[in-house]
Amino acid sequence: MLLKLTGGRVYDPAHNQENVVRDIYIRDGRIVDKPADGRVDQEIDVRDKVIMSGAIDMHTHIGGGKVNIARTMLPEDHAEEVYARTELLRSGTGHAAPSTLTTGYRYAEMGYTAGFEPAVLPINARQAHMEMHDTPIIDKGGYVMLGSDDFLLRMMAANSDQEAINNYVAWTINHAQAVGLKVVNPGGISAFKFNQRKLDLDEKNDFYGVTPRDILHRLSTAVKEIGVPHPLHVHGCNLGVPGNMQTTLDTIQGAEGLPMHLTHIQFHSYGTEGDFKFSSGAAEIAEAINKHKNITVDVGQILFGQTVTASGDNMRQFAGAPHSHPNKWVCMDIECDAGCGVVPFKYKDQSYVNALQWMIGLETFLLVNDPWRIFLTTDHPNGAPFTSYPHLIKLLMDKSFRNDMLSTLHPEAQKATNLASIEREYTLYEIAIMTRAGAAKLVGLADRGHLGVGAAADITIYTDHEDREKMFAKPDYVFKDGEMVVRHGEVQKITWGTTHVVKPEYDVSIEKPLQQYFDKYHTMKLSNFKISNDEIVDDGRGSLTIQPLHKGGKL
Amino acid sequence: MADATTAKTWQEVASPFCGIASDDLVIEVNGHQLTVLENGDAINTPAFEAPLGDSQPRIDGKEVTLEQAVSHIAEQLRTAKQPLIGGMATDLNGARSAMALADKSGATIDSQFSPAAFRNILVLQDTGYMTTTLTETRNRADVIVVVGSDIESSFPRFFERIVWPAESMFDVDLSQRQVIYLGKKPSGDHSTAPDGRKAQVLACDDADLPEVLSVLRALINGKQVQAETVGGIQVSELQQLTETLKAAKYSVFVWSGMQLNYDHAETSIQMLCEAIKELNKDTRSNGLPLGGKQGDTTVNAVASWQSGYPMRSSFQRGYPEYDPFIFDSRRILAEGEADVLVWVNAFNTQGTPPASSAKTFVLGRSGMQFEIEPEVFIPVGVPGIDHVGRTFRCDSVVSVPLKKLRDSGLPSVFDVLSAVEQAL
Repeated sequence: MLLKLTGGRVYDPAHNQENVVRDIYIRDGRIVDKPADGRVDQEIDVRDKVIMSGAIDMHTHIGGGKVNIARTMLPEDHAEEVYARTELLRSGTGHAAPSTLTTGYRYAEMGYTAGFEPAVLPINARQAHMEMHDTPIIDKGGYVMLGSDDFLLRMMAANSDQEAINNYVAWTINHAQAVGLKVVNPGGISAFKFNQRKLDLDEKNDFYGVTPRDILHRLSTAVKEIGVPHPLHVHGCNLGVPGNMQTTLDTIQGAEGLPMHLTHIQFHSYGTEGDFKFSSGAAEIAEAINKHKNITVDVGQILFGQTVTASGDNMRQFAGAPHSHPNKWVCMDIECDAGCGVVPFKYKDQSYVNALQWMIGLETFLLVNDPWRIFLTTDHPNGAPFTSYPHLIKLLMDKSFRNDMLSTLHPEAQKATNLASIEREYTLYEIAIMTRAGAAKLVGLADRGHLGVGAAADITIYTDHEDREKMFAKPDYVFKDGEMVVRHGEVQKITWGTTHVVKPEYDVSIEKPLQQYFDKYHTMKLSNFKISNDEIVDDGRGSLTIQPLHKGGKL
Repeated sequence: MADATTAKTWQEVASPFCGIASDDLVIEVNGHQLTVLENGDAINTPAFEAPLGDSQPRIDGKEVTLEQAVSHIAEQLRTAKQPLIGGMATDLNGARSAMALADKSGATIDSQFSPAAFRNILVLQDTGYMTTTLTETRNRADVIVVVGSDIESSFPRFFERIVWPAESMFDVDLSQRQVIYLGKKPSGDHSTAPDGRKAQVLACDDADLPEVLSVLRALINGKQVQAETVGGIQVSELQQLTETLKAAKYSVFVWSGMQLNYDHAETSIQMLCEAIKELNKDTRSNGLPLGGKQGDTTVNAVASWQSGYPMRSSFQRGYPEYDPFIFDSRRILAEGEADVLVWVNAFNTQGTPPASSAKTFVLGRSGMQFEIEPEVFIPVGVPGIDHVGRTFRCDSVVSVPLKKLRDSGLPSVFDVLSAVEQAL
């Protein structure tokens, strides 16, 4: 079966194609060359339509313990938004913390074909994969979280060599079935268990004497040396703390040129100027990002309304708990491995702080020059649910819309930003970089995020509507692995996507100390910790896609 | 796969029969007979060793094929007005298939373990909590307070595995670890330290626990209490407990929702959980709710991610609805509101459905005996014995893989319910 998409306007930044009119041929789920004999089985006329590869959300909390706590905790959130069963679709619920089936359908309907869970606790990875397995249509994958786990901290306190740490990181990525490595409040989740309430970049964990800077250095080195394409994914110190921009600038400086991805940078770009002792650090942070080519960021834009914050950073979530709305929250210490905190939150446009957070996010988007190094996220659901992406895209692409919105916000916050004077409007090409080509490159997906021959046929086709929110909310067609899964913004066919992983090599000698550690201290056996390939395949719907590694080696 | 003639020994077997999901069992399989060689206990050994029973499905007591039984259930579900899927003692994929079937048939779904589980879930949905997990407790806790629960009768290996290990990871001096009971007295001596130190017991009746916990919370918050005793406990003793908790580096409160078996026990748990939050203003303290046996935690987790709601939800209107009172399966059956009941219990031959006026279809562990023969009985395999599976532990964080230990040929709950869903 050969399908031809005829005459669309192609935006394929991986091949430097901006608004290039060309035909696309699809066979067996892949983009192929024009057939020599010119014969096609089906043709779809997409003249004047905008064609991009399927969008990739490189940071979205879609699976795992804390997300599911958020779901169970918020029946009132679900009752506000229910989705009835249809002949094709399972029923579901949820605005801030939607059910897995609804999550898959909504992403696909917006032209997204992949989403990556950024906080997979090793000990909870099995659950994250179970939930992602029940998330239809889109591809998925996870970044496994280290940095407050006692095994690593013990190694570091004992001054283990980098080789051993590399082995441990590679072993964990393999057996948690992950595609990258994440660190959350490096060492801080552990410090909170020892009753430390803050941990700055150079502050020591009371028990281990290890600093966040040490942890970032060890882990970013490991990622580079074992050849994992996705840079160390960093949720930094001091999330949400006024003045944390200095920590962020120090973190960028401290990366010493190693690849590092700073996630939800908006939450880490706060100054202490002004009457409210809360100000935007976006300009300085953007300048630092522009200067340091080893750094990538995603924004974690906030948008106004009810949501829920779910994070591994129990230290900061505990501090934020008094702001919970509605007034309920959970914090957990987890298995000498990590932690989590779930705090429902309502961002209000008449709150000075929330209004400024909105502005800081947008300033960051507009002041970072290189769209290959900045990514469109709301840190779903922490800044806002992912379903608000079309609205966010309109804010980036339409200055007058942006400034109209700005003029309705807290008046003092308006005075504290230069946002109104920023002329930049994102182009369709830049949106395609941020949400496709750049994201695929960042995650390390060789065959996604582009429209070249050999790529997976994950393709989204839009009508070029002047109202960008309308355009991105409802694509005309979405193809997943060559199958038409969405038409006119509605799901037509259910597929199940694949799970992207990397398999860095490790020396099995690492299992000796790990075995001892599990036997001595844990309540689970090492053999039962490991997630087999069969578990990902599961009932037959799942599959593993092993992405290629970069060249590693000693730095 | 077990050979019928030679015994095979399995290592590091996980038990789904107790919510702490010990995964260090050694089990010998001889034909279809299992023998727990190591790390058995009063709960998991009989559960693993129960002999294999019947394997033939029945309709009205007459043996039929699996296909006939499946199509009979599907036919009845098609015309049912108020179907109910109950019991829900199953594993991950069993829960998935039950949710899919509930969605398609417009059924209400609830677990037999909900009365206990909802004592915690209602707190989560109203005010939330701070909790910890088994490994964290094992390595960090310096003070363990057991609230209203006789842990060892339901979780026989809790003290051995969590409270008195040979070694802990941090500077916690295990010889100084304190265990204090508030409420029920321990039924045995599991809580006694290896060096002979006995647990302190502040005993009171269940009925007095709400009041005792209120006073404890008041003291934690530095409030003056006029009374001298509460529920038979001296307030001075609670004051001393408060000081112990404030001086502790990492205290852990342990309870079992199943054992806090009185009306509105959720308000006691809530009182306790708020007190724990308040202790965390200055030091560290956490709750550790125990429960989760036989898929209890698993089915609530799966339901939450697939529909947004835990158990006690309904698909009757074509979308998920949740009501912890209206969709309580005990109430529905007692009041005769369900016309069809699909009862799932893959773990326990004793776990038969409650008597009701509903047409009853049972997917039960082979060997299940009935006082009233259900309209359909399908013997199913046990996850972790007859087929592979996965189950969540009580802390709702760790899930363990379950092994297939023998080849009984019994279908899984997933096999049966998926077939019913297909046939609908």
